[in-house]
Amino acid sequence: MEKAIRKYWPVFVLPTLAAFLIGFVWPFLQGLYLSFCKFVTINNATFNGLKNYIFALTEADFLHSFGFTVLFTVVSSACINVAALAIALALTREIKGTNLFRSVFFMPNLIGGIVLGYIWNILLNCVLTLLGKPLMNLYAPYGFIGLLILMCWQQIGYMMIIYIAGLQSIPGDYLEAARIDGATERQIFWKVKLPNLMPSITICAFLTLTNGFKLFDQNLALTGGEPAHQTEMLALNIYQTFYGRSGPQWKGYGQAKAVLFCILVIAISMIQLRATRSKEVQQ
Amino acid sequence: MKKRFALLLILSMILSLAACGGDKPAADANNGGDASSAAGEVFYLNFKPEQDEAWEALAKAYTEETGVPVTVVTAASGTYEQTLMSEIAKSNPPTLFQVNGPVGLANWKDYCLDLTGSGILSQLTSDSFALKDGDATLGIAYVVESYGIIVNKTLLAKAGYSVEDIASFADLKKVAEDITARKDELGFAAFSSAGMDGSSDWRFKTHLANLPIYFEYQDKGIGTTDAIEGTYLDNYKAIFDLYINNSTCDPKELASKTGDDSLNEFRNGEAVFYQNGSWAYGDLVGEGKPFTDDDLAMIPIYIGAGDEAQQGLCTGTENYWCVNNSAKEENIQATLDFMNWCVTSEKGTQAMATEMNFVIPFQNAVESPNLFVKQDQDMTAAGKTPVSWNFPTMPSENWKNELGSALTAYAAGTGTWDTVASAFVDGWASEYAALNG
Repeated sequence: MEKAIRKYWPVFVLPTLAAFLIGFVWPFLQGLYLSFCKFVTINNATFNGLKNYIFALTEADFLHSFGFTVLFTVVSSACINVAALAIALALTREIKGTNLFRSVFFMPNLIGGIVLGYIWNILLNCVLTLLGKPLMNLYAPYGFIGLLILMCWQQIGYMMIIYIAGLQSIPGDYLEAARIDGATERQIFWKVKLPNLMPSITICAFLTLTNGFKLFDQNLALTGGEPAHQTEMLALNIYQTFYGRSGPQWKGYGQAKAVLFCILVIAISMIQLRATRSKEVQQ
Repeated sequence: MKKRFALLLILSMILSLAACGGDKPAADANNGGDASSAAGEVFYLNFKPEQDEAWEALAKAYTEETGVPVTVVTAASGTYEQTLMSEIAKSNPPTLFQVNGPVGLANWKDYCLDLTGSGILSQLTSDSFALKDGDATLGIAYVVESYGIIVNKTLLAKAGYSVEDIASFADLKKVAEDITARKDELGFAAFSSAGMDGSSDWRFKTHLANLPIYFEYQDKGIGTTDAIEGTYLDNYKAIFDLYINNSTCDPKELASKTGDDSLNEFRNGEAVFYQNGSWAYGDLVGEGKPFTDDDLAMIPIYIGAGDEAQQGLCTGTENYWCVNNSAKEENIQATLDFMNWCVTSEKGTQAMATEMNFVIPFQNAVESPNLFVKQDQDMTAAGKTPVSWNFPTMPSENWKNELGSALTAYAAGTGTWDTVASAFVDGWASEYAALNG
């Protein structure tokens, strides 16, 4: 087998590499160039210098959506991870029907964002109507809470699976040794389980942070950024700038925002990975 | 065994690559057949999803007659600009597309062929249906539509009124408020819900907003402006208040009401009035639909401005055909021929009138069976002045959205009318500034 791989590696590597170059690297470079241009279609762009970036960094809506996105990301990541870990702990206790529960909790993750957004839109707006409260697209705080509920519902199951895998991979003798030494359940959790879970936490924190930051479908379907852009997150703001406006300058503004967004997401992921990696322990 | 496994892997890889390569629009299949014998081909990017099938059928008929392949692709509702943007950058771009008026044209004029001297231009019944940029004619209106308040005459009679009783805003207000007062006894409301969901809010942020703009333009004798004053905003407020306070539901619920909700309420006889246009005819009358021509009428939207006795329906267009000047020479010619055929030939005009329910502003037009269109013609013949469509001069899509958002909040009580007025007046100025910035 190894010999075959040595001989045939180009057959396996080249198609993927080509796809990566054509589908990612080249469009990315082109996008970088376009962010300095005015254009209607990408074939006839005219250079516009730094104006796009200056506009993007001074637009009130964009800055507001940045603040909203950061707030949402922090709150949703915290909620999702805490809840997912709690459920994972509960479902590794060998109670009856564990597998059924795991499947049920995981299932929301299988439904697409747009569909979920519309379903929850109807559901939550009905509840708000019954309570006589303003709807989500009329009152930003409810929009925020709605988004939070939706994201928690969708993502907790997925993160739970990762935490369960992490919990199950902790060697049983660690726990046994701790018990023999007289550690309480709380001590076992904080001193044994949690340090050994760090790789799972790294992955989950990474996923929830980037998911929160890049959130688009759910935002579009649940509130659409209403009222008056107050629940608009970064990705939706970029989309609205690029597609909701006509005129060559808007395409450039949208493109510049997209580049800023990309840099931001990469930077945040890097910082987060470094921060949690350093806490991981070797088994 | 290993070899077989490796073979399997390679095979699956090739298959997946082939699958990627096969990702061409299905419509391209139409290009087969006689394509080789014809000189050019037509690629029409259609705006109106309601007429998708009719266009496909007409394209097929044209291909059978002339051998010129015609591809019709319809953009999903609300995504025309995006679709056009990506399609036009491809190696086989649409040869025929559309813009919604002067503001839309500003974005696409570099791609529009000057149609001066073309056959189709000479077929227009009036020069006002040509969209010009300086001396060049870049777009041609291909359909004229009317909108107003659609009335369920049967219900109106039950409430003790007739269409003739409503000839001004004061009349409309009196009737609507009387129906609301007796809502429980009558079992229906005055207006179907003024839904502010994206599927319905264009009826108010665009079509209803046309009226204050129209009367302001009339007063000043202008056709477009970069700074609207909002002199008729009070009238706009009055009519919108009338809609939301005399409707099937509580104003608070309007934010989530859709276009279908409103249509269904009207169809089910829950409301007497329904603001919409001649394009809704197919939804109301016909096989499986609850109404006949005798049940319905369309009246002008009175807002208490201008000479209401002489006010007609809002009639105009926001659909202009443009020919892509970056297409191949032979395709441009084929497209011009196709357009000409659509509006002059027996088959083309027949299909546009009866299949698509269009009133086309061309000399050979066949009369449309659409009741609302006939009413518009009758009113004009009786000396009433149609209200022109001024929303193509609205500065941007964003202006409409901001206005819609403010109206939604106002209807729900979470926002004030001042926000609406500001979105209308200040938004207009800032959007015009951004348009030219």
